[in-house]
Amino acid sequence: MKLELGYVFIKDIQFAEVSKVENGTLYVNRDEVKALILEDQNFKSADVELARPGESIRIMPVKDVIEPRVKVEGPGGIFPGTINKVETVGSGKTNVLKGAAVVTTGKIVGFQEGIIDMTGPGAEYTPFSKLNNLVLVCEPVDGLKQHEHEKALRFAGYKVAVYLGELARALTPDEVHTYETPTLVEGIKLYPELPRVAYVCMLQSQGLMHDTYVYGVDAKQIVPTLIYPTEVMDGAIASGNCVSACDKNTTYHHLNNPVIYDLFDEHGKTLNFVGVIITNENVYLADKERSSNWSSKLAEYLGVDGVVVSEEGFGNPDTDLIMNCKKIEAKGIKTVLITDEYAGRDGTSQSLADADVKADAVVTGGNANMVIDLPAMDKVIGYPEVADIIAGGFDGSLHADGSITAELQVITGATNEMGFNKLSAR
Amino acid sequence: MLKVVHYINQFFANIGGEEMAHVPAEVREGIVGPGLAFQQAFGEEAEIVATIVCGDSYFNENMDEAKKIIIEMVKKYNPDIFIAGPAFNAGRYGVACGTIAQAVKDELNIPVLTGMYIENPGADMFKNSLYIVSTKNSAAGMRDAVKKMAPLALKLAKGEKIGSSAEEGYMPNGTRVNFFEKERGSKRAVKMLLNKLKDKEFVTEFPMPDFDRVAPNPAVKDVTKAKIALVTSGGIVPKGNPDHIESSSASKYGKYDIEGVMDLTEETYQTAHGGYDPVYANEDPDRVLPVDVLREFEKEGKIGSLHRYFYTTVGNGTAVKNAKAFAEKFAKELVADGVDAVILTST
Repeated sequence: MKLELGYVFIKDIQFAEVSKVENGTLYVNRDEVKALILEDQNFKSADVELARPGESIRIMPVKDVIEPRVKVEGPGGIFPGTINKVETVGSGKTNVLKGAAVVTTGKIVGFQEGIIDMTGPGAEYTPFSKLNNLVLVCEPVDGLKQHEHEKALRFAGYKVAVYLGELARALTPDEVHTYETPTLVEGIKLYPELPRVAYVCMLQSQGLMHDTYVYGVDAKQIVPTLIYPTEVMDGAIASGNCVSACDKNTTYHHLNNPVIYDLFDEHGKTLNFVGVIITNENVYLADKERSSNWSSKLAEYLGVDGVVVSEEGFGNPDTDLIMNCKKIEAKGIKTVLITDEYAGRDGTSQSLADADVKADAVVTGGNANMVIDLPAMDKVIGYPEVADIIAGGFDGSLHADGSITAELQVITGATNEMGFNKLSAR
Repeated sequence: MLKVVHYINQFFANIGGEEMAHVPAEVREGIVGPGLAFQQAFGEEAEIVATIVCGDSYFNENMDEAKKIIIEMVKKYNPDIFIAGPAFNAGRYGVACGTIAQAVKDELNIPVLTGMYIENPGADMFKNSLYIVSTKNSAAGMRDAVKKMAPLALKLAKGEKIGSSAEEGYMPNGTRVNFFEKERGSKRAVKMLLNKLKDKEFVTEFPMPDFDRVAPNPAVKDVTKAKIALVTSGGIVPKGNPDHIESSSASKYGKYDIEGVMDLTEETYQTAHGGYDPVYANEDPDRVLPVDVLREFEKEGKIGSLHRYFYTTVGNGTAVKNAKAFAEKFAKELVADGVDAVILTST
């Protein structure tokens, strides 16, 4: 399966009469976007704001971040099974507004959303401070339950991202990257000398709004399966998560899954990137056993020599991570795990909720309990008062001058476990 | 200029080898032996004001006395930092360096630094309580050791923030410190996997700890006589969360009186937990903390009684160390209150 990704670089975002992309600037008609959001009767009001790199802006509470993409050639549309028909995506051509994102916000659970600072020390920890963001501030109708609110906001984000992506349909990309995965048999013939490597991507599926969707299916309800890496680039996997902000995979992370891109970089050179095994992180023991049995079985079936395993979330999913590791290693397949740590504010506590000697090759995204001071910003999009109650905040996190003292956990994407960032710990 | 006191053994002071290891501690003004390399590395920033020389056998065989004498010697100079070694793979020298550095740190409250080979027995003994720079296994590695030790010593002397072990060169000490790597995590993972596949050396970024596993207690003999307490990490608290237990990474637990409470309701209780959709727990908090069922059991005589207090915290992202400390504290209260068994609910 072969996909051409065309990057249209976005260096600025502005409101305008007509939505369009011109000379690297993304122009957005604010009213059209508002109207799009308000198509959903679950919202009583909507506002749209801009946040550019370096501006003194804090966005909170953030739910999801989505990169605008559009399918130019080939079957299906971005986010198949959710807002586009459930075609198999991942081939043809896709254009990307590189450098832009849609950020959805709202007090859904109050606890499980994050912070994006566009400047200052907090900005160094989140990749989204480097993007030209269109921020959606959507107010739910009274009495809307959290899970309904989550779903409405999720779809609002996809809709606006697809709306923006459409603006790139007729454009000539600034850069084109081609990604191709041959069939298993062809791959072995092409690169007989190279070690075969797969990627085991663990999807958050603890339930109660810790959910991820694969072609529109709740990942709780899948058994582990195979997916072409380019399908993921077209939005086959989308986040429906309300979970600690630092190590949840936003939809942006899925679209730009760094393990996939970095394995492609080595594909045909030092390794043969065979494909992606997706598995879940359900809470019942039987589910954990079944899914780790399947992930290891699929790795064996693909005949791979090694896998990279990425986790999402922490605590309960640590057990899935270790089960995957043990069972895959038991098949004689080498593993490298990507996780993050909850080592306490002083860094001296046990970092993971599970451990095993077989997990001898681990990459860490850093200690999420580290305390950070976030200075006040000129403008806050959203609700600063949730600072005291979001995961990673504590009583007194929000100071009178608008500055915040909290754990790194509050920052969206700070300790990402796909290895999106350079942050680490020792 | 910062003042440094340096500790070395008889060998590095050119007194002699094993045959001279019995020499007692003496102090010499200024630089001796490897101090020269340190002084060059410090430049104008710091000065080695004194060097303490002590035989390895003397130190290890007369530890208490040696410590006392050396502490007095160090005290006189009131240095900004005390450096011991490096000891490389010399076992008794390593133990001496660690022991005296620890004593200076504890008793004089002066920053200390030592260096040795990872397999030196002194490393295992002191790496979690002192900064020990990892050196090569012989004195041939002196230049490399000084290159790592001198800048770290200056930082310690100035009271500057110390980065992670990977940046500063000290042995991992059980305290996890964040820092920015040169490459993103996924790239590091792919490289690590390639090395692992080729059986080349690779270094894990997180060595797996020895895991603390708890064996379950034997079953309660007669539950109809037992006093049962409820403890939860599911975050059930009186409405309004009066003690402000954090939604994640809890720093405290709550103890609440449920005398006369037959049922937890939406009006009176809620969850403080930030790790799950709270709708169902808030609608009926008994779903997480089953007070209603236990009251029925109490009435029907299926259990002896329900303890008057429940203990609660939030398990979400809470450091194991915190959780352990909470339980150590309230387990004593539970025992003192005559509780026979605890139902521990999570989420």
